[in-house]
Amino acid sequence: MLDNLDKRIIAVMQGEFPLVAEPYKELAQRIGITEHQLLEKLTEYRKAGKLRKMGVVLRHREVGYAANALCAWLVPEARLTEIGELMSTYTVVTHCYSRIPQPEWPYNFYTMLHAHTRAECQALADELAQVTGLDNYQLLFSTREWKKTSMSYFPEYAKGE
Amino acid sequence: MLTDFDKELLNLIQTRLPLEPRPFAIVAKWLEVDETTVIERLSWLKDHGYIRRFGAFFDSAYLGYVSTLAAAKVHPEKMADVAEAVNAYAGVTHNYERDGEYNLWFTLLTANQLEQDQILAVIANLPGVERLISLPAIEKYKVSVAFNL
Repeated sequence: MLDNLDKRIIAVMQGEFPLVAEPYKELAQRIGITEHQLLEKLTEYRKAGKLRKMGVVLRHREVGYAANALCAWLVPEARLTEIGELMSTYTVVTHCYSRIPQPEWPYNFYTMLHAHTRAECQALADELAQVTGLDNYQLLFSTREWKKTSMSYFPEYAKGE
Repeated sequence: MLTDFDKELLNLIQTRLPLEPRPFAIVAKWLEVDETTVIERLSWLKDHGYIRRFGAFFDSAYLGYVSTLAAAKVHPEKMADVAEAVNAYAGVTHNYERDGEYNLWFTLLTANQLEQDQILAVIANLPGVERLISLPAIEKYKVSVAFNL
């Protein structure tokens, strides 16, 4: 369970990461703990899987990955784990989920594909289809980005900054 | 334009920002440059829009949040109104118009299931929304946006 301090740490860590020599010291000051305590907590979250990564997320269009497609697959239930593990090994597949389908939309497996062009996305999907033997899929190209942001967890705990 | 050094730096730092008092000094050592060069270059990359977000990325499910991927069939004339109404929710982090029968796809994160149900019910009833389906995840196999530059 997360206590109030955890929530405060997580909320403050959603804010601007200072690009200075000792960023954690500055973040710890915002939270009201020591740098050592903050690093210990973050290490603990990472071990527990709560912290997925420390790093950066790039704007994919700006770094040359202009095409993105959500690919919806129909996967026999017995093959979900095998397919999930196989598709995860591809660098071009950035997200990979099995999902509960709907009667009018039977696709139960989703991969996010990023590539430089639409043709490249299509070729990747074809390759994945061939490797897995899955032939029922829909490649859903994005035509407009209406919103892309990061979640602000526990915003009420970020106050006082 | 990204230089070869930028690409090397971004490839490293996408997933490997050290949890140490001087993280940029460690990255600098890997790249055989000094700490100031790393900090200055990262600031430049951030200011010029190559970096969307810097720092800690948490797992929503481990934090107790509930998530889903929703898809809507939206009348093209109402698309902008619907997309903006969907965007207004803080828990909607991705909202994309896509080719196909279901033409608006968004992710929704909420503190609990009730809140998710309520938001989806409101969206399903917006003028121009013909049908809304929710596709909650069963298993996450991969969530890692790291590009090879």
